[in-house]
Amino acid sequence: MVSSFLLLRRDATKITHFKSHVWWTRAFSEQPNKTERITKILIANRGEIACRIARTANRLGIKTVAVYSDADRDSLHVASSDEAIRIGPPPPRLSYLNSSSIIDAALRSGAQAIHPGYGFLSESADFAQLCDDKGITFIGPPASAIRDMGDKSASKRIMGAAGVPLVPGYHGDEQDIDKMKLEADQIGYPVLIKPTHGGGGKGMRIVHTPDEFVESFLAAQREAAASFGVNTILLEKYITQPRHIEVQIFGDKHGNVLHLNERDCSVQRRHQKIIEEAPAPNISAEFRAHLGQAAVSAAKAVNYYNAGTVEFIVDTVSGQFYFMEMNTRLQVEHPVTEMIVGQDLVEWQIHVANGDPLPLSQSQIPILGHAFEARIYAENVPKGFLPATGVLHHYHVPDSSGVRVDTGVREGDAVSMHYDPMIAKLVVQGENRAAALVKLKDSLSNFQVAGLPTNVNFLLKLANHWAFENGNVETHFIDNYKDDLFVDAKNSESAKEAYEAARHSASLVVACLVEKEHFISAKKNPVCSGGSNLLPIWYASPPFRVHHQAKRTIELEWDNEYDSGSSKILKLTITYQPDGRYLIETEENGSPVLEVKATYVKDHHFRVEADGVINNINLAAYSKDQMRHIHIWQGSVHHYFREKIDLKLSQDDESQHKPQSESSAIPQGAVVAPMAGLVVKVLVKNETRVEVGQPVLVLEAMKMEHVVKAPTSGFVHGLQVTVGEQVSDGSVLFNVKDQ
Amino acid sequence: MIKLIGRKSNWVSSNFLSRRGLCLGALPNGSAMEHLITQLQSHVHNVLAGGGPQAVKRNSSRNKLLPRERIDRILDPGSSFLELSQLAGHELYEEPLPSGGVVTGIGPVHGRLCMFVANDPTVKGGTYYPITVKKHLRAQEIAAQCNLPCVYLVDSGGAFLPKQADVFPDRENFGRIFYNQAIMSAQGIPQIALVLGSCTAGGAYIPAMADESVMVKGNGTIFLAGPPLVKAATGEEVSAEDLGGAAVHCKTSGVSDYFAQDELHALALGRDIVKNLHMAGKDVSTNGLQNMNYEYKEPLYDVNELRSIAPVDLKQQFDIREVISRIVDGSEFDEFKKLYGTTLVTGFARIYGQPVGIIGNNGILFNESALKGAHFIELCTQRNIPMVFLQNITGFMVGSRSEANGIAKSGAKMVMAVSCAKVPKITIIVGGSFGAGNYAMCGRAYSPNFMFLWPNARISVMGGAQAAGVLAQVEKGSKKKQGIQWNKDEEEKFKTKVVEAYEREGSPYYSTARLWDDGIVDPADTRKIIGLCVSASLNRPTGNTKYGVFRM
Repeated sequence: MVSSFLLLRRDATKITHFKSHVWWTRAFSEQPNKTERITKILIANRGEIACRIARTANRLGIKTVAVYSDADRDSLHVASSDEAIRIGPPPPRLSYLNSSSIIDAALRSGAQAIHPGYGFLSESADFAQLCDDKGITFIGPPASAIRDMGDKSASKRIMGAAGVPLVPGYHGDEQDIDKMKLEADQIGYPVLIKPTHGGGGKGMRIVHTPDEFVESFLAAQREAAASFGVNTILLEKYITQPRHIEVQIFGDKHGNVLHLNERDCSVQRRHQKIIEEAPAPNISAEFRAHLGQAAVSAAKAVNYYNAGTVEFIVDTVSGQFYFMEMNTRLQVEHPVTEMIVGQDLVEWQIHVANGDPLPLSQSQIPILGHAFEARIYAENVPKGFLPATGVLHHYHVPDSSGVRVDTGVREGDAVSMHYDPMIAKLVVQGENRAAALVKLKDSLSNFQVAGLPTNVNFLLKLANHWAFENGNVETHFIDNYKDDLFVDAKNSESAKEAYEAARHSASLVVACLVEKEHFISAKKNPVCSGGSNLLPIWYASPPFRVHHQAKRTIELEWDNEYDSGSSKILKLTITYQPDGRYLIETEENGSPVLEVKATYVKDHHFRVEADGVINNINLAAYSKDQMRHIHIWQGSVHHYFREKIDLKLSQDDESQHKPQSESSAIPQGAVVAPMAGLVVKVLVKNETRVEVGQPVLVLEAMKMEHVVKAPTSGFVHGLQVTVGEQVSDGSVLFNVKDQ
Repeated sequence: MIKLIGRKSNWVSSNFLSRRGLCLGALPNGSAMEHLITQLQSHVHNVLAGGGPQAVKRNSSRNKLLPRERIDRILDPGSSFLELSQLAGHELYEEPLPSGGVVTGIGPVHGRLCMFVANDPTVKGGTYYPITVKKHLRAQEIAAQCNLPCVYLVDSGGAFLPKQADVFPDRENFGRIFYNQAIMSAQGIPQIALVLGSCTAGGAYIPAMADESVMVKGNGTIFLAGPPLVKAATGEEVSAEDLGGAAVHCKTSGVSDYFAQDELHALALGRDIVKNLHMAGKDVSTNGLQNMNYEYKEPLYDVNELRSIAPVDLKQQFDIREVISRIVDGSEFDEFKKLYGTTLVTGFARIYGQPVGIIGNNGILFNESALKGAHFIELCTQRNIPMVFLQNITGFMVGSRSEANGIAKSGAKMVMAVSCAKVPKITIIVGGSFGAGNYAMCGRAYSPNFMFLWPNARISVMGGAQAAGVLAQVEKGSKKKQGIQWNKDEEEKFKTKVVEAYEREGSPYYSTARLWDDGIVDPADTRKIIGLCVSASLNRPTGNTKYGVFRM
């Protein structure tokens, strides 16, 4: 009775469950975003942003679904989510840009919403529309807003109509030279002359005075016609010292829009931001309010909701600002805003997607100190910031309060050629700009990456530059101060200084390496392969030698960037001192002997005393390509050395050794010298008949006489050796033939 | 005065306090000993430089390292090396022969202790003098005794021809090297040769007899006869490389197994060979393990004080416990039969956690001391405990009473026990070593696994003065028979000559030059060296001891 009742109950539950599912599905398709809140999000992105979105979702109790290409199967963003679905091969167009795959994945996993992150499909109006069509919530603005803002000229038209300031210019069809001149005079010089088609700066001209205009205009027209086949030209005010300032805005589905203050992203290389900060330095509260108001107007003009960024170009000379474009997504640099307003923007995005009103009003948005973001890229700075690939053999990020690192990789992961080479975003916050900058510098010097080239050193130089410290940022910053920021590859004075510094670092490196080696061997249990249980005493420190001190030579290879990157071998001799210190000498004549005491703390961390100065040192070493790669971080100094380790060279000898006997084919019937020797007797002459076994000649070797006999009966031919002649081993002495 | 080393903590502390006072009294020995150590270090400093700057320069111009540097590169990084007989050949021949032309010693490779034998090409081209042969054979003897794989770093021109009569023909001469290789190989003791230079004539058999061998391109050559001899013998003209270079022997003749591109490559290959040694079923890791303490305490007293304990004047007696307390773990020494036969100190202690039995002299050996010694040795062999002999002995007691008491019989018992004991034995001569005392205290003839001297040591059959007295009496007697009168001056002169000869021949340098020991050591290193020696000795399971007939 009881059991059947239970059975019934269970069935009943089942049915209810099923029913509710049906109901839920119906509810979802019929009334999206109304009554059902998002409980599962598919993140249509990868790398740090996917991880970052998952973090917030986890905190809110929302399940996450990652998508991955074949190249990302083992990546951090996959590991950070509750589920993960493969969407295609590595090329983005077949995976992260493949809308249908991603929509399929969302439907398969039952996610109600898709967060597109930044890049990839985040600003695709078609994708946003497709989500809508499939009943999936797109966590972002409406497709219409994306479309409006995606078209540059259309967006400017809309903005102009909404009263948002635009860069003064002429975009008309009338190309008559007098009309153009008139327009240029109206805009005010300097004026930028730009072909409407094409790009890459071709045909672009900057005109500083009215007299230059005609000549430049005609030249630009000719060049445009030749390059693009169309000679229409547009005019724009040229801003000599621009700043890139953008405003974070947020809107909800109830028509509320507010701004979360601005960010300054002026410091750029190859038109990509590398250091961003919020709030923008050296602007007034009034200017901030104006900017914010303009940004809110811009958003309202396109019925915007969710997160967006309105970018302005600021003329630092006139103090004017102009609308450039609107990014209809969460920006890479959104964390600096989060830091100064104390809000989680991804959380806001989800709330807005759920149809909730904005949690704060404009007056409730604070500015909490100052924040910086530095983007750590795998790139080759001296080679024009070329993207680099490789494995993060060592990856240690700073960890302290007010420091946030958004990353999509772990130690051991690879930065591949398929995607953006950004390793991480380092975000710091301080009570004011100066305090935040101190933190930024400290965090950068503690940002340890080994295995591939990064821009960390460059960022450190940037952060330490006086102009940056003063907040004198503008988009030409790196170009203006390139002499300070880039290494002069042919400066013998700096090269020598760099060498001295490297030599000192190398000394500390070997001390740490030897100390750690000892630490490891001392911790090992007695090895059981032979030896007695006293074996550990053979590894005591310092190693014992009878009546002398053990020495050790380590050769480190180092590249001098001040000497065209030429590599140099540093040969270091370590003498173990009885008190556990190391005397370290470099080969260099007259170079001082350094006495070093190294203490291994843990992981990669050492305390090192050299010349009475005690320092913290971090050391990372990994092996690759028969080399040990060693990185040392001490204060703000980082050095990189290589040590040849694997001596497993090929055992092949290039010089082929061929014994003489193999080189010539010996004809039949030929008699060869059994050994090298001296002919002491010749007993027969050519053409004479010999019987088998008959002595023919006598050789002397090894103090003995050897009789060379006829191998068969026949006639002797080709007997050319004479008494006193030296014959070599295997040489033909004569032939015996039938005839 | 309390001079005992107790293991109860209150004993230790009172002992410790009394030591402070005693130490001051003992210090006067310090400066004399310091002088001896300085002298020793200067001798060692000279031999470490090899065959002189010219030869060393020539060596490095051929991309060759010095023998100790070669060994350093094969050893596990940062590990210790117990070098043997550094001063072999010291003032032995008219020309200097630093370290006897060959560096030998023990160190770990991939956690396995190996015996290294490295020719020094900067010393007479690495040729074998008689003492070179003796040192090579001694290294092999230790290897065989301790079951240590042998790594030969060959760079030698073969026998030193002018002294061929003392190098070539006899049982313990050059040929014995290859005999030993064969026998050790047969016993499963790996024989590994790295040919880093020339390897001519008899030397060619070192790699040829090895289990595995490596040759360096360019520098390494192996041939029975070099190009000059080949030309003389057969008239053939051939270069050294074509005659016996690495390519010939690794590709054609098969005399060598591994082809090395350069010396460092060869040394790395040598490490690999040791890594791949597999001694299945020969593991001795449990040997003596049952009683092993991995946690050990350093001695309570500074080991450096060992330098000031032993008097340079051997007539001054000192308490051997002063030495023991600076050698053993925590200065804890449990004395056996402390109140009986007090001129011999016996007892149990540990060194780096390893139990050892210690026998040390505190004066002349009497009947009782000898019996106590024999008894204690029996205890150690019964219990498989390695033994450490600390020699400071002028001999057995002589005189009618002693003889009547059967001192010869008692001494024989101890000699019997020492001879037959199969446990590892380490002998350190910390003072005098005279007469039969040397025998009973495990002198060289009793094949201790290792034997070292302190710089103040003296070894001879009896003291110089005693010998002079005996010899003068004999001489006087024979002169008397011939009717010749010996005046006092002549007698004194005669005696002085004898004393001087004994003084010279009893010197530790005279001994170590001739390989009567395994080296002179700084007293402060004694604990470490005993530890390393015991460790090496325990590399082989201890055999069962069976004694002969004890005369009762």
